[in-house]
Amino acid sequence: MADKIIKNLTIKVWRQKNAKTAGKFETYKINDISGGTSFLEMLDILNEQLINDGQEPIAFDHDCREGICGMCSLFINGRAHGPDDDITTCQLHMRKFKEGETITIEPWRAGAFPVIKDLIVDRTAFEKVLQAGGYISVNTGGVPDGNAIPISQDDAEEAMDAAACIGCGACVATCKNSSAMLFVSAKVSHLAKLPQGRVEASRRAKNMVAKMDELGFGNCTNTGACEVECPKGISIANIARLNREFLAAKIKD
Amino acid sequence: MTVLNSKIPAGPLAEKWSKHKAAIKVVSPANKRKLDIIVVGTGLAGGSAAASLAEMGYNVKAFCYQDSGRRAHSIAAQGGINAAKNYQNDNDSIYRLFYDTIKGGDYRAREANVYRLAEVSGDIIDQCVAQGVPFAREYGGTLSNRSFGGVLVSRTFYARGQTGQQLLLGCYASMNRMIGQGKIEMHERNEMLDIVTVDGKARGIITRNLVTGEVERHGAHAVVIASGGYGNVFFLSTNAMGCNGGAAWQAYKNGAFFGNPCFVQIHPTCIPVHGEQQSKLTLMSESLRNDGRVWVPKKKEDAIKLQEGKMGPNDIADEDRDFYLERRYPSYGNLVPRDVASRAAKERCDAGFGVNAEGKAVYLDFKYSIERLGQDVIEARYGNLFQMYEKITDVDPYNEPMQIYPAIHYSMGGTWVDYNLMTTVPGLYAIGEANFSDHGGNRLGASALMQGLADGYFVLPYTIGDYLADEIQTPRIDVNHPEFDKKEKAVNERLQKLFNVKGNKSVDSFHKRLGNIMWDYVGMARNEEGLKFAIAEIAKIKEDFYNDVRIPGDFDAMNIELEKAGRVADFLELGDLMARDALNRNESCGGHYREESVTEEGEAKRDDENFTYVSAWEYKGENQEPVLHKEELVFEEVKLTQRSYK
Repeated sequence: MADKIIKNLTIKVWRQKNAKTAGKFETYKINDISGGTSFLEMLDILNEQLINDGQEPIAFDHDCREGICGMCSLFINGRAHGPDDDITTCQLHMRKFKEGETITIEPWRAGAFPVIKDLIVDRTAFEKVLQAGGYISVNTGGVPDGNAIPISQDDAEEAMDAAACIGCGACVATCKNSSAMLFVSAKVSHLAKLPQGRVEASRRAKNMVAKMDELGFGNCTNTGACEVECPKGISIANIARLNREFLAAKIKD
Repeated sequence: MTVLNSKIPAGPLAEKWSKHKAAIKVVSPANKRKLDIIVVGTGLAGGSAAASLAEMGYNVKAFCYQDSGRRAHSIAAQGGINAAKNYQNDNDSIYRLFYDTIKGGDYRAREANVYRLAEVSGDIIDQCVAQGVPFAREYGGTLSNRSFGGVLVSRTFYARGQTGQQLLLGCYASMNRMIGQGKIEMHERNEMLDIVTVDGKARGIITRNLVTGEVERHGAHAVVIASGGYGNVFFLSTNAMGCNGGAAWQAYKNGAFFGNPCFVQIHPTCIPVHGEQQSKLTLMSESLRNDGRVWVPKKKEDAIKLQEGKMGPNDIADEDRDFYLERRYPSYGNLVPRDVASRAAKERCDAGFGVNAEGKAVYLDFKYSIERLGQDVIEARYGNLFQMYEKITDVDPYNEPMQIYPAIHYSMGGTWVDYNLMTTVPGLYAIGEANFSDHGGNRLGASALMQGLADGYFVLPYTIGDYLADEIQTPRIDVNHPEFDKKEKAVNERLQKLFNVKGNKSVDSFHKRLGNIMWDYVGMARNEEGLKFAIAEIAKIKEDFYNDVRIPGDFDAMNIELEKAGRVADFLELGDLMARDALNRNESCGGHYREESVTEEGEAKRDDENFTYVSAWEYKGENQEPVLHKEELVFEEVKLTQRSYK
């Protein structure tokens, strides 16, 4: 099937030298992009153009380019991961855009995610939250047989639904409060749904929430925006579960 | 007389690993605290090694080029992980997994390593379950399995189509626990650019901080390379954009031999190349071949109509479809190993039966299983893969067959290691895809995850103790040692040289040129003339690269073009070595297909008399010919036969 060719695109993109300098929008033109080209490939082509013109290419994060590593980000035309549902920016294709369109590209914007350069932000705050409790405390070796603890298919599937989070940060970027509740609740839910993870459920919820607050993520006001933009369809039901876990832990104290 | 010592323990195959474990040295807890280990790469191999070593008490420094350890490309593995659990009561066993892997690898892997891999495979599943990996379950709560290519049992454990992600999040969680406890020092966005040896032993690395551009020194008592494979030498591959051969290549330049560089895996089920602007290829999991049937039209005129877009696949009647895998390989059918399936697809397309405009695609059709099982069952099994396919191609695979074509996926070759996973440089180890050891000429599906985690959880943590037990008197490595000065200077000079070319062409343009040559002449089919041509062409591209590459931006700040240029500089040299190795190995074997060595039926023909060895290449200096060493492969248990999946 031949893909349509999209002509005459205007790309308005955030350029920022580093964390210390102020950024601003720059505008570039790009022409004749095949609809089957991915959004990031379009940026590759634009960068090739910039390099050939002697300019510095646009810095953006990306790696697997198949929607699973969570490294790509980008706020495109006001939406995290762009104008398509249930995908990451790397899976967005140019057939979603029209001839003559102006495409605005910004980095994730959140206090806890400072800009490093252009469209690249520092998301290590997520890792710090995980380090505070996003694990089951088990050493390598000396564990029971995989079939020793039966886990109902429903529990395993629900745990998997939450575990599918790729930690890209779209939820934080899209939230008006820059809350990380969807991300944190996904990890807490994944482990809380499994018998192996129940043992330290209280400690986990308390420690991760405390770390999240300390790192400057905002509060959750239940707008549900995070769920809408999550490329992996992580449900805000997880936030309810985290609240329950957290409350139960506090009552025990 | 070879200089290689594989250190394979004596004794019966099934007892080698336990006897070896009993014989090797152990470091006391009090001494582990005094020893530092560097782990480069945080995928399944590096992540599991870093976590396990830290739990044991060593001080670990882990490095990755991504912004988080959990983004390493292991995360993209879809289908599953093999283990000889025999949960399905289908007569699986350690021996059967061992045998399938040796045969699947076309008898070019070490028996002892592969047996050990099969032996620890069950422990991996137990470990992952304990970490909270949400594997698929049956209604009764037990673990579920599926089947994969090249085997006749169901031994693959999976978490939907995201098994790699879940296993990686499992070992990353274990890493996080150790980071939180201060036992792992994590360095993200930090790329290894050289290895420091002192008195012949690996004592540290030189890295570039990708955020600040600063060149850094890091010392340790041992260095572990877990940086994955080098498939990106082909530019287009299923690897992540940042995957590179840099760490392994620096190991090679510092004296570690490189094993079987020509053995790369071409995966049969990838979304076909689209136009000129493509940056990477997307894999469709091998698990799809459980329920999808592969076909092309029987009639040439139908193929031509498909290529011209004048007809669709659903217009072709069943009797006019050539299910060529089922036809050629009745016993394994659509589940033949990857190398066999890839070559069969190429054969049909080369004969003019390809189904897309470029004539380089075949169909993978789910119509039959949807009729048999219902769409809901297929959706439950592969929903996320079908969604991914539709997003990329704009075609709904529930109604129209997928188009697929082979693409570069995995490197079986890699840094040569002995049974302890140590390279030819004392104190320097290589694990996971970065080493060459377990897959021979072809890797079976769902075995990469198994090997990465086997090395990291259950092999290296023991074998590294045997070396470190003699290092307990060595004080913390001083990074002010003159060898660190020398290497830091060399790295800066190397980067400056690239930065100062100030030419006219982008890094990518050279990478694409290299990739085209590699795919055309060092890809799915290779011959002497083509390989010699490739070696000459690569030399030309290298020369042009150093004369005409343009790297804009600042040297001492984040500079993505400079990062890419360093990787392409390594790929240009690696591509040359791959071609040389392919030229030397004048036999067809696994993923390496020499047109000069083919059976009458067109299958790959091994030459056991002349090539039952691992080629291990030694670096001799810039622009010097590398020297080939041979590690003879001794098969005590398995009888070598022509591989047949008919």
